[in-house]
Amino acid sequence: MIEIKNISKSFGEKKVLNNLTAKFDKGQINLIIGKSGSGKTMSIKCMLGLQNVDKGSIFFDGIDFTKIKEKERRNIRREIGVVFQGSALFDSMTIEDNVMFPLKMTSGMFSKDMRKRVDFCLERVDLHNVSKLYPSELSGGMQKRVAIARAIALNPKYLFCDEPNSGLDPTTSKVIDNLLKEITYEYNITTVINTHDMNSVLEIGDNIIFIQDGSKKWSGGRDDFLKSNNSELNEFIFSSATFSKLKSIM
Amino acid sequence: MDFLIAIGQYILFLKSVFFKLEKKRIYYSRIIDEINILGMSSIGFVAFISVFVGAVVTLQVAYNMENPLLPTYLIGLSSRDSLILEFSPTMISLVLAGKIGSHIASSIGTMRVTEQIDAMDVMGINSASYLVLPKVVATILINPFLIILSIALGLVGGWLAGDLTGICPTEDYLLGIQYQFIPFNLAYAIIKTIIFAFIITTVCAFFGYTTKGGALEVGQASTQGVVYTSILIIICNYLITNLMLG
Repeated sequence: MIEIKNISKSFGEKKVLNNLTAKFDKGQINLIIGKSGSGKTMSIKCMLGLQNVDKGSIFFDGIDFTKIKEKERRNIRREIGVVFQGSALFDSMTIEDNVMFPLKMTSGMFSKDMRKRVDFCLERVDLHNVSKLYPSELSGGMQKRVAIARAIALNPKYLFCDEPNSGLDPTTSKVIDNLLKEITYEYNITTVINTHDMNSVLEIGDNIIFIQDGSKKWSGGRDDFLKSNNSELNEFIFSSATFSKLKSIM
Repeated sequence: MDFLIAIGQYILFLKSVFFKLEKKRIYYSRIIDEINILGMSSIGFVAFISVFVGAVVTLQVAYNMENPLLPTYLIGLSSRDSLILEFSPTMISLVLAGKIGSHIASSIGTMRVTEQIDAMDVMGINSASYLVLPKVVATILINPFLIILSIALGLVGGWLAGDLTGICPTEDYLLGIQYQFIPFNLAYAIIKTIIFAFIITTVCAFFGYTTKGGALEVGQASTQGVVYTSILIIICNYLITNLMLG
């Protein structure tokens, strides 16, 4: 479980996160939703330690990530898998090497076992015969699946995904959503996904946190999502034509 | 103030490159790769420039030695000393700053803006050390060879220019390049080259590693890296010369 308590982050005068508090449960898909610039990506970057918080605490299974030494931080990071918005695959490496990279760097496994693990992870995300290709030779959806394979290579306890559906068509988005859902339940991972894709919210969101101007405005389950009385959340949801029509039907 | 902050950041960057290392075996293969990417791929370029620079130096020396009392072998001697002391170590290092320095800054900068470095960091890997240390070691190992090659080919270029134009016969040129040779000059050239190699890789890598933004900023980082590297090479060239030959 991951818990963030009153985290704040500013860049000069601009407050990006403002006393944000949230809890992300194990074995569930936790979604952070909000408009562009609401602080979704920054909250994930703070949880990953890529940005230091100005104040507040971030707990990974009870360990305060903001207070521990760099060495301990690195140990926690090795239990984290991340799928970045642009996939962040290493251009100079083949797909096989990309997935093998975290194993090679941190696991101490024999190369035969690493190869087996790479094959398993690529199979798991439904990618076949691509191991010798380079990222530039794959489509956006396939790159995302490789990024997921790389993220699960080390059997992570926590999985973070920053806008996993951005730039993908609806069919591929659904494939990615289902994959993340299956992986989360199968391996009992604490998954935190940051998205503004409403289909994903309704398809896979177990716990949903809506943030605006860097603070939490609403949280709840997928079933309460469309029934909420929160005006800011409703404004966000029903700003799209599809959901506006849905509201009129409801 | 910004300049002092940048120096502080550069020192912290060097600390993360040279301390908190990853597993040693990972570096060996990376160093071989970098020797290939940064060093071997520069051989043709260095060879081409060196032959022509050697030829031009010889022609210029000959042009300035019109006095018939001066022996012709001095053309070879002057060309040799110019190439060893200045042209090969400094000029080729400046050329390499443009070629490999911009490559280092832009490749690391692109990795930064496409979140590839973030991906390494969240895997618990010291990205600065993993990416930069092999480049530093590779250039420190390979650049002295490039410079020695450059000196040798510069001398060949000088010989060709002297012989083909008839301003310095082969026998005189060969006598000149062997006459009163001081081995310390070669050591001086290699020491300079090693220091310049360190500057090229670390300064350009620093600019790439600290890039923020997108493609435009990667280009700017690459340009800044090459400019600052060139300035530092020129300043260090003076300081090293003053220390070793002054």
